[in-house]
Amino acid sequence: MSAAKNVTTASFKADVLDKSTPVLVDFWAEWCGPCRQVSPILDQIAAEYAGKIEIVKVNVDEEQALAMQYGITSIPALQVFQGGQLVKSMVGAKPKPILVNELAEFLG
Amino acid sequence: MRDVIIIGSGPAGFTAAIYTARAGMNPLLIASSVESGGELMKTTEVENFPGFPDGLQGPELMANFQAQAERFGTEVLLDDVIEVDLKGDVKIVKTGGGVTYEAKTVILATGAAYRELGLPKEKELSGHGVSWCATCDGFFFRERTIAVVGGGDSAMEEANFLTRFASKVYLIHRRDTFKASKIMQDRALNNPKIEVVWNSEVAELLGEGKLTGVTLRDTVNGATKNLDLDGLFIAVGNDPRVWLVENQVELTAEKFIAVEGRSSKTSLPGVFAAGDVIDPTYRQAITAAASGCVAALDAEHYLADH
Repeated sequence: MSAAKNVTTASFKADVLDKSTPVLVDFWAEWCGPCRQVSPILDQIAAEYAGKIEIVKVNVDEEQALAMQYGITSIPALQVFQGGQLVKSMVGAKPKPILVNELAEFLG
Repeated sequence: MRDVIIIGSGPAGFTAAIYTARAGMNPLLIASSVESGGELMKTTEVENFPGFPDGLQGPELMANFQAQAERFGTEVLLDDVIEVDLKGDVKIVKTGGGVTYEAKTVILATGAAYRELGLPKEKELSGHGVSWCATCDGFFFRERTIAVVGGGDSAMEEANFLTRFASKVYLIHRRDTFKASKIMQDRALNNPKIEVVWNSEVAELLGEGKLTGVTLRDTVNGATKNLDLDGLFIAVGNDPRVWLVENQVELTAEKFIAVEGRSSKTSLPGVFAAGDVIDPTYRQAITAAASGCVAALDAEHYLADH
């Protein structure tokens, strides 16, 4: 089980949009194999880059409205928000070195 | 130094692991960090794997493969191989995690990766209406209109699966017959939510930031027409995943790893290959598994002679 915080429609503003540090939102579901495989990698990145980026989760089964609002049609969808704005969007499970590279601008 | 390193974690890789582990070779199976389990992880019901009369889920089958391999001492590593040097007697395998492993033999079971249509905007719209995984993404197309492109078993399976969610599924195929197995074809053809669009290929993806439809081209007379869609699932086949080794082992004209006769022997001594990466024809879980067994036995014989 991931250590990442579970975010809901109700908490999305406080947990994501109002944060000063970049927040990566992992849109996922229990039945999504690639989501389960990328989850521990995201946990590692969150731990290694603590303070630089925060990683939270949205369960698309439970939060369908939120998934729809952010145009999710494929999971895992990894979206980075900074200053309340969506600044980066990625789709699919990727190996750690590739994710770290894609997130370099936030992890530096 | 290890006796054997297996690269790949589909039916071929895990079967090779079961056999080499039982032969006392202490295999290291490098499974990949995010695609462990291979293609079957994306399927739902597997009905044709012998020994399971009631069928089972693809991911469950792969979990069984892994458990059986681990039971006999296989070490499974969730990392990606980024570089290999297979030419010498000592085979060198480097991972994305920064570790270098050495082995006397290597079994390549890297499988095949889905093929793209090769259209402009395909990457840009991927995850925004364009998908390669019905089981992953079908959920997002409840009561929507979508299409599947392809004519093989995977296309039939995806189309049938997607009717659980979508209100309408077009099945776009460039010929006037499917190459899928009869049982899978019949299911698709008899599904009231599926409409087959024969003799048609996707000529263009439409939409900015989000797929809104496709332009279809008639493969007989060249006429084009637009089709409004919320989603497009691409199931037009797979290409063998050979980039890791393409400059080291001999490939066939079709870019599969070349093996000697019915064996798993590649052009390099001590390097064996199994599963979809050597198979342009059959590509079934059971044929991949059998091929993994062959590779394990070939590696075992090689070790006995060296």
